[in-house]
Amino acid sequence: MEDVEQLATKDYKWGFVTDVASDTFAKGLSEDVVRAISAKKNEPSWLTDWRLAAYRAWLKMKAPVWPNVTYPPIDYQGIAYYSAPAAPKDKKQSLDEVDPEILKTYEKLGISLDEQKRLQNIAVDAVFDSVSVATTCKDYLEKLGIAFCSFSEAVHKHPELVRRYLGSVVPTHDNFFAALNSAVFSDGSFCFIPKGVKCPMELSTYFRINAADTGQFERTLIVAEEGAQVSYLEGCTAPKRDTNQLHAAVVELVALDNATIKYSTVQNWYPGDKDGKGGIYNFVTKRGKCAGVNSKITWTQVETGSAITWKYPSCILVGDNSVGEFYSVAVVNNRQQADTGTKMIHVGKNTRSTIVSKGISAGRGNNTYRGQVKVAKGAAKARNYTQCDSLLIGDRCGAHTFPYIEVQNPTAKVEHEASTSKISEDQIFYCKQRGISTENAINMIVNGFCKEVFRELPMEFAVEAQKLLGVSLDGSVG
Amino acid sequence: MLSIKDLTAKVGAKEILTGITLNVKAGEVHAIMGPNGSGKSTLAQVLAGHPAYTVTGGTVTYQGRDLTEMTPEDRAKEGIFLAFQYPVEIPGVSNAYFLRAAYNEREKQAGRPELDVMEFNTLLKEKSKILHIDESLLNRPVNEGFSGGEKKRNEIFQLAVLEPKLAILDETDSGLDIDALRTVSDGVNRLRSKDRAFIVVTHYQRLLNYIVPDFVHVIAGGRIVKSGGKELALELEQRGYDWLKPAAAGAAR
Repeated sequence: MEDVEQLATKDYKWGFVTDVASDTFAKGLSEDVVRAISAKKNEPSWLTDWRLAAYRAWLKMKAPVWPNVTYPPIDYQGIAYYSAPAAPKDKKQSLDEVDPEILKTYEKLGISLDEQKRLQNIAVDAVFDSVSVATTCKDYLEKLGIAFCSFSEAVHKHPELVRRYLGSVVPTHDNFFAALNSAVFSDGSFCFIPKGVKCPMELSTYFRINAADTGQFERTLIVAEEGAQVSYLEGCTAPKRDTNQLHAAVVELVALDNATIKYSTVQNWYPGDKDGKGGIYNFVTKRGKCAGVNSKITWTQVETGSAITWKYPSCILVGDNSVGEFYSVAVVNNRQQADTGTKMIHVGKNTRSTIVSKGISAGRGNNTYRGQVKVAKGAAKARNYTQCDSLLIGDRCGAHTFPYIEVQNPTAKVEHEASTSKISEDQIFYCKQRGISTENAINMIVNGFCKEVFRELPMEFAVEAQKLLGVSLDGSVG
Repeated sequence: MLSIKDLTAKVGAKEILTGITLNVKAGEVHAIMGPNGSGKSTLAQVLAGHPAYTVTGGTVTYQGRDLTEMTPEDRAKEGIFLAFQYPVEIPGVSNAYFLRAAYNEREKQAGRPELDVMEFNTLLKEKSKILHIDESLLNRPVNEGFSGGEKKRNEIFQLAVLEPKLAILDETDSGLDIDALRTVSDGVNRLRSKDRAFIVVTHYQRLLNYIVPDFVHVIAGGRIVKSGGKELALELEQRGYDWLKPAAAGAAR
């Protein structure tokens, strides 16, 4: 079907560069660089030591070779590990002090950092290269006892919380990229919802990589105490560049008794051009711990960007009756590669998990679902349901599924369903015969395919995701 | 409205239509009959613009325009509707959503304002009442998990909503039991009007008891070998198609 095979890529419209003076470290990584980042942040010595321990562990580790992706070896000495907009030097107190160029950047991206945004019920933490440049609605949230600020700020304002939870879900030596992140992370978001508080607005972080030849290594930590609830959104974009850039983030979630955390991502990093030149390597470790009874963590992700995606947002279900959910749409077009999925580790009794993964492959893209469901000995009556669907557009793309299931308790129930389908010429002709163009037909079919996942996204995000999907697949048809 | 002259078409290397000539005016109902493999469904597909078929000769003029130059979606927007023999499933896309997209494409083409969800739902409800369509069908994904009868009924429902100028029914009666056949035919009869033409492709005379045609054409070997009034259908019912085959052979000489 020629229609569906002709490939071209519509311009990545978020690919502009912002012209700001920046304070960027020289390329290269060593203990001195780690110390310098820590010093830049004025960190307490325990954190400097924590970073150094991670760095030393990282030196002994090797990048994982099992993912179903190929890329040339990364030169870790060819990356600058810290880049921040130069002025204003002191800690900014209000938006007035943020470089107007940066504010403009976010405006251009459709992210308003205006406090008025509160009317739309979203608080935003804006991360530009290595640092958080602004966080909105902080005062309002503080009155409710909610801490929502940049990670650097949290280290100073909530040292005991940071110290208690940092690395409690993803230890420094967890994996190669997590160790690297632990050593060099520069900023990120911190969010703490105290006991019994239901966060009245969506919290969000918008990550923007701007500088060239830098990596972005941010760290997000969300803690929901007993009975607390929060919905958190994350978005990301980067300029178009023909060299690859590394994004190695770590996200840790902790849900105590009866707490609920909903974490939604719309990942739209620059995917590289149609021949696979440039683009972001998105090597991310995301993990949530349902530490308390009846707690619940939901990951919802829509992945359209990145040259290579390697991430497995996971849940460790420790508390009895806790619930883990993973809803994912991953799109690859042109030369993009994705190896993504989830891990559900059932430890507590009556723990339940649901996995719904929708992989869409177009062009010469390669999409891999990799999931692990593990039921530990003590996880009596644990239940898992996995549904894993792949949709192929054209015949030069690939879809792969690697489910790992390990059950150590005989009362557990684990279900796995998988399907692979292709958008057929007949479906497209049927739509066209009703007056719907090929492009809109593909869009409609793809959106129908992803419906179960979009349903899980917060309203505004769902609309955004649908549009994004349209843009990502634009040009996958003639 | 539609004028087909010496139309020839092939699928792959195989010539299926070998010279169709047919004129259809607004308000008329034409039945196209013929044995299996005669080319009747091909004619329906060619008129709709299915990419698998290549027009190799002749002309097709629709409302003064060269139909073969138009894309399938433009034909649809200009009022050609094909009720498919095998309606396609589109998982996850509700009937209502699908129809609104199709409906608004026509409105856009005609320069009229598009209908929003509320307005369109009102329209859908009215139409579903007229055709005795269960409202729950509106929110189910397009044809997914529908029975054969439901799929055919859904095609006629779409026809009712999209109000085409030229409706082509491709073996809409195949696989229908007698009750479903009656419901579907009732729907079609309600939609007959002086502004709308129908081309009804069918293998059996049975359907024409319910949808009474103005003209009946018999296709054999890729061309029309006999045309007549509705009584021709009855004659075919009695005598079968065999007696027309020499005529086809003769015409081919």
